Parts: sequence; structure tokens; C-alpha cells
Amino acid sequence: MPLQVFAFELYISDQPNDDGTRLTVEWDPLPPDDLRSIDPEIYSLLRSESPDGEFTSIDIVSRLDPSRRKIDENLATGRSYYYKLAYSDSTISWESNVAGPAAPEENWYNRSRTNVLIGILITGAFVGIFIILGRKGKSLYLRPIAGLNAMDEAIGRATEMGKPILYSSGRGKMERPASIASMNILGSVAEKVASYGTPLIFPNNDPVVTAVAQEVAREGYTKAGHADLYNPDNIYFVTDSQFGYAAAVDGIMMRERPATNLFFGTFEAESLILAETGNSIGAIQIAGTDSSIQMAFFIVACDFVLIGEELFAASGYLSGDPQVVGTLKGSDYLKVIIIIMILFGAVVGLLNQEWFVNLFLTA
Amino acid sequence: MNSGLICVSLFTADGAGIWIASILTLAIYSFLYKDNPIYRFSESLLIGISVGFLLVTTFDTTLLPKAFEPVGKGLSVMFGIGGFGSIISFIWLLIPVALGLLMFARFVPKYAWMSRVALALYIGFGAGASIPANMQSYILRQIDATIRPFLHIDSFWSLINAIVILAGLISTLFYFFFSKEQKGAFGKITRLGTFYLMIFFGATFGYTVMARISLLIGRLTFLLKDWLGLIS
Repeated sequence: MPLQVFAFELYISDQPNDDGTRLTVEWDPLPPDDLRSIDPEIYSLLRSESPDGEFTSIDIVSRLDPSRRKIDENLATGRSYYYKLAYSDSTISWESNVAGPAAPEENWYNRSRTNVLIGILITGAFVGIFIILGRKGKSLYLRPIAGLNAMDEAIGRATEMGKPILYSSGRGKMERPASIASMNILGSVAEKVASYGTPLIFPNNDPVVTAVAQEVAREGYTKAGHADLYNPDNIYFVTDSQFGYAAAVDGIMMRERPATNLFFGTFEAESLILAETGNSIGAIQIAGTDSSIQMAFFIVACDFVLIGEELFAASGYLSGDPQVVGTLKGSDYLKVIIIIMILFGAVVGLLNQEWFVNLFLTA
Repeated sequence: MNSGLICVSLFTADGAGIWIASILTLAIYSFLYKDNPIYRFSESLLIGISVGFLLVTTFDTTLLPKAFEPVGKGLSVMFGIGGFGSIISFIWLLIPVALGLLMFARFVPKYAWMSRVALALYIGFGAGASIPANMQSYILRQIDATIRPFLHIDSFWSLINAIVILAGLISTLFYFFFSKEQKGAFGKITRLGTFYLMIFFGATFGYTVMARISLLIGRLTFLLKDWLGLIS
């Protein structure tokens, strides 16, 4: 049957706030006048890189779609594209006018995430102010945390028993905040065990964490004035396999019989396996993790647990580093702002003021 | 009846695999009794295989496509087509490769400090890139999800529901406030936060134990059905 091209317009525009790989295709209400008698339910959306070139079907368009728009993704930035709608059956073959050219453009700034930027700036300002105050020597109070008070006791117990201390940072990659906090804690622990001469064993799940842990522990031993006691062979990579790691650490616990187990970092399903084995050998255990699900397992199997953000507080608490303490104080004041925002948001929400609630919407 | 089935399956490729998996499963479970040589053997086997697998996959998915092949192509373009542009492209390519190689400096004590450059960049980039994502998902979305229900209060119970969530979030946030001791009125709010936390831990504990039990059932099913043929 002959192809019929009718005046039906598509509107192509660049998708804003993106990485330059999307175009938006919009259309007038369907069906077009010429197809009103047939009133098809489904049309094909076609795309080409030249107006006279071959168009290929990229999606289907329903006349029932109330948004009357499609976002075409995974396009090449800066390349021109043409679009048209098509419909064909045994009686008619219809195509709209060709729309285009339109080229997706890369946006340097995502305006829909301005609230994220403002949040980061506010947080950064608070943290920065408190770091400066801490460096200037202002006393920054942190409330005591039970698990940390037990740290000295746990290290002392291992020393008295002449047994090693086992440290694990779980399965987190080095860039995770919990792993960074864990390394800060490791530094303080290494300093303490160095002064007591207690061996510190740290089997690892990630090669990069191993490298960082060796550096941190070496520095801790050096700070304590016992660099000679540092043994890099005690901090080693085992495997990246989750249960391979759990099996290895369990085996180490059974053979080395550590008096103290310290679990600080990101843990997954291996948490209970490790903590239960540690419990069975009678080790005193202190754990801290940001993995919300695993905290419950540590709570039932460990003597002391640092819950969530207490892990990050621990690194500041132990090291006394004004940078870490300042960060903690800054985040405390951020929490106050968040609480005020939430309370205010609840009130204005009850008054049906959607604009305020929408301030927190993110794309 | 079943012993015949086992003998037959042992001498097929699939059957031999089932036998090996079953024996290793029991070897790992033997740890429940106590540490023993069989467990140690299976532990070493598991670690050895997983490290070997890691080496191969790292070579195939990282070193080959992200270092060796691009560097090879870059060299051939530089010496084949030539031009200033190809030299600049090649230098850009060499920067991450050189940073990766710096990690090997750890093996030479005199130059071990050089590995810190690569580590610092890796950690700094990873931590920095996660800040916007955390701000979005852990702060803004949580605030939005807590206050948005107040826009759609259509019954007494929907109001109660929104208030329960609001009270939980605020009291738990106060629990993690480290600048003030948990005493007096502030202490009472943080105590409420502790209750919310305990309810959360209880729920996640029960939920996860259920999931672990299903894993155990899967393993027992494998042993009793696929290996021993005791159940159908």
C-alpha cells in the first residue's frame, strides 16, 4: 500500500540536567486527524541520524500514555538525531513528519540536585568551623561511649593472658566511611598494643585495605616508640571471598585463640559466624558497624557494640584528632538542623504547604 | 535402595560434582563439632580456589581490558598514526596505569612511601564521590519520606502513623548526638530512640534468621535430595 505522510508534529528537545545522552520526544494528542477512523492504540517511534536515512524503531508509543512523551537514552553527545512516528496495518501505512535535528547536550550542572549541593555546603561549613576550633585548642566535648571505655580493658586482658588480639574490618572497600573509621580505630589500637607488646592479628578481605592497614599499624607502633615490634606478617590478605574469609578467620580464632576480638567496619552475612566463633572461644568482643542489619547479630554475640554512627565517633574519641572530633561535632549540629527542618516540615505539611516538602525532593 | 543411586551418580560428571560438593559441605559443617584437619583442608581449599579465581577475574576484567589492551592500542596509534594528539592520549592513559604500578612500590622498602600516593587518591576519590550520594539518599530522601506523609493526612490513623515515624526519627537522631550527655529530658528522648533501635534490631534479626534458615534448608535439601536421594 502507498506510504502516506501527514502533518503531525513531534517535538524534540534536549533532556536537561543530564550527561548529554538523552533527548525528549513529545507529541500532540493521538490519534492524528487522518487516523481518527482507525484510532490505533500503538504507534512506532522511529529514529535516524539523517532525515533521508533509514529510520529504525526504538520504542512503541501508546495513545493512552497521558504524559505524551518518551525519553530516548544512550545517545551520543552532540550527534544529531531525527524522529518520526509510524503506524501501519493491512489497510494503511502512515508516518508523521520528520522531526529534528536535535542533539543531546551535556550539562555541567544538574539543577535538580541543587539541594544536595546546599546540604553539602552547610555540612562542610559546620565541619570546617569545628575543625578550626579544635585545632585552635578549644575543648570539644564528646559523651562517653560504653564500648570504647571497654577497649582498654579488652586490650589489657589480652596482655595479661599473653594471647593475641584479633582485628577485622569486615568486607568493606577502603573508600567506605566505615573502613576509614576502622583504620582510625586501628591506629589507636596499634599504639596501645605496641606499648603492651601484645600481638595484633588482622586477616583481611581486601588487598587495598591490607595495604592501608599495614601503613596505619606501622605508624601506631612507631608512635608508641616500638616500631621494632611491628610485624607486617600479622596483617595479611586472606581472600576476597565472603565465606572463604569467614572460614579463614574462624580457623584463625580456633588456632590462635585470641583473648580479644575487635570487629570494626562494614560487615555482611559473615558477622554472626565470626562473632559466634569468637564467643565460643571465650574472647571478649567489641564490634562496631554501619551495616544496620548486622548490628543485631553483633548485639547478641558480642560484649560491646558500637551502633551505627558510634563507630565514626569512636575514631575521634580514641584518637582525639581535632579533625575527626571536629567532623563529629559538625555532624551533631547538622542533626539539630535536620530535626528543626523535620519538625517545621511536619507542621507546614499539615498546612498543605507542598513547596517546603519539595525542597527535599531529589532526582 | 538409595546406596545404588549414590554409586551410579558417583561415576558421572554431574554425580562426581554432587559428591565433591556434599563432602565439602559436611567438611565445613564439621567445624560445628570442633576445629579438625578435615575442616582445615576444606578451609584451605576454599581460600585457595577463591584467591585463584580472584587472580583470573582481575586479569580478565581489569588488567587486560583496562590496562594492557588500551596501552597496546595507544602505543600502536602513537607509533602508527603519530601526531601530538596521540601522544597526549597515551599520556592520559598512562596516568592511571602508573598509579596502579605505584602499589608495587610497597615491595621495595626504600620506595614503599610511593604507594601512599596511589592509596590517597583511591581513598580520596572514593570517599569524595560518595558524599553527594550519601547526602541524597541518607539525608534528603529520609527527610522527604518523613515529612511528605503529613501532606496526605486523610484519617486519624494516617496521622498517628506519620507521628510514630517522626518521633522515631527524631529520638533516634538524638541518640546519635554525641555533644551532650544523655541525662534529664534529653536522656528521656534518647531512651525513646533506644526503644526504636531495639525494635529495629529485633525485626532485622528475626527477618535475617528466617533468610539464613532458608539457606540451611537449601543445603539440607541438596544433601538429602541431590546426594542421598532420600527425599523427592
